[in-house]
Amino acid sequence: MRVTAAQAIVKSLQAEGVEVVFGYPGGVVLPLFDALYEAEGIRVILTRHEQGAAHAADAYARVTGKPGVVIVTSGPGAANTVTGIANAYMDSVPIVVITGQVATHVLGTDAFQETDITGITIPITKHNYLLDDAEDAAQVMAEAFHIATTGRPGPVLIDVPVDVSRGELTFKYPEKVSLPGYKPTVKGHAKQIKEAANLIAKARKPLLYVGGGVLSSDGARELKELAELMQLPVVTTLMGKGAFPEDHHLFVGMPGMHGGKFTNYAITETDLLFGIGVRFDDRVTGKLATFASKAKIVHVDVDPAEIGKNRSVDIPIVGDARTVIAAVTAELRKMGAEPRTEAWMRVIDDWRARYPFHYHQSATSIMPEYAVERVRELTKDRPTVYCTEVGQNQMWACQYLKIREPRTWASSGGLGTMGFGLPAAIGAQLGRPDHLVIDIAGDGSIQMNSQELATAAINNLPVKVVILNNGYLGMVRQWQELFYGKRYSSSTLPQDCPDFVKLAEAYGAFGVRATTPAELDAALTAAFEHPGPAIVDVRVEREENVFPMVAPGGSIDEMLGGIPGGPVSEMLDAEEFVEEVWE
Amino acid sequence: MKHTLSVLVENKPGVLTRVASLFARRGFNIDSLAVGITEDPTLSRMTIVVAADETALEQVTKQLHKLINVIKIQDLDPKDMIDRELVLYKVNAAPERRHEIIEIANVFRAKIVDVGKNSLTIEATGTSDKLAAMEDLLRAYGIKELARTGKIALARGSRDA
Repeated sequence: MRVTAAQAIVKSLQAEGVEVVFGYPGGVVLPLFDALYEAEGIRVILTRHEQGAAHAADAYARVTGKPGVVIVTSGPGAANTVTGIANAYMDSVPIVVITGQVATHVLGTDAFQETDITGITIPITKHNYLLDDAEDAAQVMAEAFHIATTGRPGPVLIDVPVDVSRGELTFKYPEKVSLPGYKPTVKGHAKQIKEAANLIAKARKPLLYVGGGVLSSDGARELKELAELMQLPVVTTLMGKGAFPEDHHLFVGMPGMHGGKFTNYAITETDLLFGIGVRFDDRVTGKLATFASKAKIVHVDVDPAEIGKNRSVDIPIVGDARTVIAAVTAELRKMGAEPRTEAWMRVIDDWRARYPFHYHQSATSIMPEYAVERVRELTKDRPTVYCTEVGQNQMWACQYLKIREPRTWASSGGLGTMGFGLPAAIGAQLGRPDHLVIDIAGDGSIQMNSQELATAAINNLPVKVVILNNGYLGMVRQWQELFYGKRYSSSTLPQDCPDFVKLAEAYGAFGVRATTPAELDAALTAAFEHPGPAIVDVRVEREENVFPMVAPGGSIDEMLGGIPGGPVSEMLDAEEFVEEVWE
Repeated sequence: MKHTLSVLVENKPGVLTRVASLFARRGFNIDSLAVGITEDPTLSRMTIVVAADETALEQVTKQLHKLINVIKIQDLDPKDMIDRELVLYKVNAAPERRHEIIEIANVFRAKIVDVGKNSLTIEATGTSDKLAAMEDLLRAYGIKELARTGKIALARGSRDA
């Protein structure tokens, strides 16, 4: 049967099992939206801005494990997705973005709403296509989904000129895609796996350093098995949150700039840092020369280019995280290896007990950390997805929430995109309709995509936005306080502009404000119990800082703020029993 | 240290842009780059000369491999490759000095491809060393214009199975 390329694209989406498309129509993409009209099994979510569509698709992918799909028009529509695409690229999230384009006969003439979106997105996509022949539509769609979802996942963009979308083809969806230049390695090298297992069996102070790769390979179960078998402590990066239950006794927090002191001590002291699906990001490592400098390093990643990029590695293993973890566990079982981390865990537990996250409680004003703690406590018995914006709100969410399940956390890691949280919550809610979805927000970030409240309201998506409203771009202000002599250049926002309660009401959502600790629980509960979307405007202590903190470029065991302690060399000297247990 | 990368890529629009922008984005300088279609019309070969230490080279090679259109990358061993470059020199040549220049060209087995009233255009091929030596001599006469293809290279036959 002959169909148009636009119809073929929609049929391809159906063949891929796509249930939700996020988008925004415009002139040259109308053939596609026309084909979507009444397309069976596909729900089209009209966002209020194309950036919102991209972030929503991104979070949808994070929480479901299925690729997110975005369809927008050419020119400004396509350009507006750029931040969302870059965000998905940095965090290795599979999204497929389909953009309309001007007709082929005017391509390159600066036609109305023309922009070279394939050119623009080369550095921020895993791959992109300009569909120049309708005959290729199904093939290109199949390739795009294959590339986006396999290996190290990432965004793929397909640019479709309007005349091509009207062109015809005989639709047949390829069953298998084979690309000569794309063959991701899944299985790790057997010899390397054996060596890695040997190192684990021998290590006295091993540490699993776990990132987003474990989540994208759906390897949380295998990770838990490995950790429990050998009683290995686990740290998860911001991207890895949820890969290991944060209420588990082997969980040792998040490393890096605003990580736990106990976590950073563990990294500094470990003799075997076993990295899985991580990329030794600068926010994690701080000064590279002192990062895990006493340790042998094993690095498992599906992307060979990440191995040895920032930090030299003793045992590199290229492969899918889940597959490699399972192979290492099998190897350890075969060896009959026994856990030997009891002393190490005692040291870590001691650090954890002495250097927990800490803030000074106030009877009169709401501490932002307290607000996050209350969110945690009020949701602890409910399946909940937590999204965040970017800045202080995000770091407090990292420190004080407890993420227990894989794919229940969506936060902009690599790109640090303010404005991610609300559209992310919308995407997450569509992916997990049975979950409570909360966006921990700041008063700065939320205003970067607050128009998406309309999307939430109209589609009856009951997302809850908890704004830690301090009247500042809080993280900017914190850096200005610490490193720029308290010169708060362009970082002050009026706490009551906009009035977030009225803003919620303007969209037909529920709005409530809490200004004292006594009001907080009632406000949060009212919002969480409300059947539709809600905003909680939490007026928090304005100049609270996120501590502890590694100064930019500093060693991670030398942290500002928090409970005094460190560097780790001093910590160990002070501990006679530590020396004992090592011997 | 200079490396000569022989990169087999799909012969599709935009591939050169992807490769070139990757080098620029990751902070690697390309000394020269030559592209052309191969014996298989669906494939092109890029010969890229890049100055990089081992770590940087490993990173750029891995990043190149991530491009979907890149099929194969060889870091050619200078001792085990054939490399050539083609250069056109337009040299100042008053009629009375033409024969000197022609002699230089002959020594380097280069060809005179155009003669003007006051210039000669010479076509030369060879390794970068040879061409540099020749250019040195021609400079004394004044090089008016110069165009070069960039290096192309292949591994020697003995490397093939």
